[in-house]
Amino acid sequence: MNVLIYLIPAAVGLGLLGLVAFLWALRSGQYSDVEGAALRVLSDDDIEGHGG
Amino acid sequence: MTETALDLSLYAKPCGPGTLEMDLAVEGVACGGCIARIEGAVRKLPGVTEARLNFTNRRLHVAWCEGVLEPAQIIETLQANGYRGHPFVPLRAEEEEAATARRLTRYLAVAGFATMNIMLLSVSVWSGNASDITPETRDFFHWASALIALPAAAYAGQPFFTSAWRALRARSLNMDVPISLGVVLALAMSVIETANHAENAYFDSAIMLLFFLLVGRTLDHAMRRKTRAVAGNLAALKAETARRFVGDELVSVPVAVLEAGDRVLVKPGERVPADGQVIGGGSEIDESLITGETARRKVAAGANVYAGSLNYSGALTLRVTAAGGDSVIDEIEHLLEKAASARSATRRLADRAAGVYAPVVHVTAALTFVGWLIAGASLHDAVVTAIAVLIITCPCALSLAIPAVQVVASGALFRAGVILNAGDAVERLAEADTVIFDKTGTLTLPEPRISNAADIDPELLQVAARLALTSRHPLAVALAREAQTRMPYDGAIEEPGQGVRAVIDGVEARLGSAEFCGLAGRLAAGPGASLIVFRYGERSAALAIEQALRPDAVAVMKRLAAMKFDLRILSGDQPGAVAPIAAALGITQWRAGLKPADKIALIEDLKHRGRRVLMVGDGLNDAPSLAAAHVSLSPISAADVTQAQADAVFLGDRLGPVADAIGIARRARALMTQNLWLAAVYNGIAVPVAIAGLVTPLIAALAMSGSSMMVTLNALRARGGRS
Repeated sequence: MNVLIYLIPAAVGLGLLGLVAFLWALRSGQYSDVEGAALRVLSDDDIEGHGG
Repeated sequence: MTETALDLSLYAKPCGPGTLEMDLAVEGVACGGCIARIEGAVRKLPGVTEARLNFTNRRLHVAWCEGVLEPAQIIETLQANGYRGHPFVPLRAEEEEAATARRLTRYLAVAGFATMNIMLLSVSVWSGNASDITPETRDFFHWASALIALPAAAYAGQPFFTSAWRALRARSLNMDVPISLGVVLALAMSVIETANHAENAYFDSAIMLLFFLLVGRTLDHAMRRKTRAVAGNLAALKAETARRFVGDELVSVPVAVLEAGDRVLVKPGERVPADGQVIGGGSEIDESLITGETARRKVAAGANVYAGSLNYSGALTLRVTAAGGDSVIDEIEHLLEKAASARSATRRLADRAAGVYAPVVHVTAALTFVGWLIAGASLHDAVVTAIAVLIITCPCALSLAIPAVQVVASGALFRAGVILNAGDAVERLAEADTVIFDKTGTLTLPEPRISNAADIDPELLQVAARLALTSRHPLAVALAREAQTRMPYDGAIEEPGQGVRAVIDGVEARLGSAEFCGLAGRLAAGPGASLIVFRYGERSAALAIEQALRPDAVAVMKRLAAMKFDLRILSGDQPGAVAPIAAALGITQWRAGLKPADKIALIEDLKHRGRRVLMVGDGLNDAPSLAAAHVSLSPISAADVTQAQADAVFLGDRLGPVADAIGIARRARALMTQNLWLAAVYNGIAVPVAIAGLVTPLIAALAMSGSSMMVTLNALRARGGRS
């Protein structure tokens, strides 16, 4: 069972990575407009004009 | 005298070297396509470095290089694309709420992370305890759990610990006291048990409890923030501008920046921006928003006028006596203070439940401890059992029981067009048994409408309405609402104080007073109505303009009467104007000509007789009565001071939201009581098990999540119901 000594910390560490990623996303304002984000993904304006 | 555009420099804030930024509340954003259209149009303006529309709260953030762009151009661009934009200064309270929301989400994330990982370890221990786990492995798992749980709880438990500490310092109990105590004791006991190589530890229960409670709090906060943002936008859209004299020049400024001593010009058809004294000009003003009286008052130099009055006939120059925003007539302010302090502090259901619950739980835990000692158990076992009682009763279900319903109910109210100002308004709304309505602007529409349209040739009415587009006189504005086109006639001329004339298809048309149309003495207005006369060649019509009832007022009164409400009207207007309205609505108990103090006295009298009064009003004169009543509602068109006093604000021209709100509140209140009983039943089953010392961490985890799910699912029923 000695394998657990490093498997458990590794699992928790991966979880922490996810938590840090979420907190970073929250801090950079990615959750400030959840309704808008759902609609923006459907708009094609990034394809039509590169200059605009 | 020249007039410049609205001065927007007050709203633009520097956000870096040479760049300015501004936030705008945008009206008319309906779909995803609007995002690209608005951002695209604004980004094309010279100097704009950033334009981002927040679809959730309908606000546009723009940044641009200083000097290249006039901020007014942004608003013009929005207008050209069919949207109305209003500069917006985020209120301090709203910024603080945004910070709280982010903090709560961080707590939630940490608690969620910890719960998942500890559960992973706990499930291994539970299954290992049933099979062949070695004590060393179990200890390792427990220490790993402790390593995650202790910092996570110290961080994510902060809102509960600080709130509990505040309550204890004020020598009272709230729900956070038993929560904090339970979490801290569970963690402390688990650490000691782990050090003693015990089979069970409660890290999972403690951290899962925090997670569930944080879910409830975060949702509650998010809902409140959403309604707050809508209310903030409405305030920005309503924000009016004033024409301030700077030397001899007129500059449009937001009303909020007016100061005492400023000179302002108020044109006919505009609202007076701030309390002031007339120093030039003369006019008739409509003070119905302040006193509820619909008859107009003549004012000349020396007269005092109040913010919110509507200027009818002539231009007025005022010297501002009270700064914009804080203009409240002394008498009303005085009454307001008294009424607000006299409002019986109703204790919220949750606090009442906590007041009963906390002592019962703590006494039960103490008795369990003593009981097991007497029965001969060891000190260790007695302590462990007593703490198990605290954990199993930890008011997860109980503290979700009410907030969960509140979140769902305020969402339902939001969809029904009612925005809550006060957190406990739902509970108080459900208790109301008497509804008092103000008349002017509450039962009737805030703006007058033409009342005899059916008697007039529709073709003639259209010509009159289109001619009325030329004038800003309030009566003309009311008539112009009937116009099907927005194009005024070419060459139409307004004669100040008399009317509008134009030559249409070679025939002269005149709209205005009877004298102006050459029909003096042949027509008379009915009581409470203003007359506007129209003459088109040989044809003529007398148009009666009066305060019209809200379109669904009669139906709503029927609905409320069917719900056994005692309905009354208390108005500041003349009896002659109130009687026909009361008759049309079938309300027998009405009083007219009341001063604000009279209204309060009548409400106090009803309260003494044990009635729970719901007051619905919009005028400045209603503000004290709103504060005095058990619960209050006001339409969005109400005076600012009045709206601030109301427990909730309803949107739109219809009165329906009032009845809907009562229905939703009653259902929510019933569900709250139901949830409290569900939680009580859960405790009734779980506590004896805990006292008997049979609770394992597995049972605690199942019981906690099961009961929380049960009350949350029950709360979702507050959504249902058709309006």
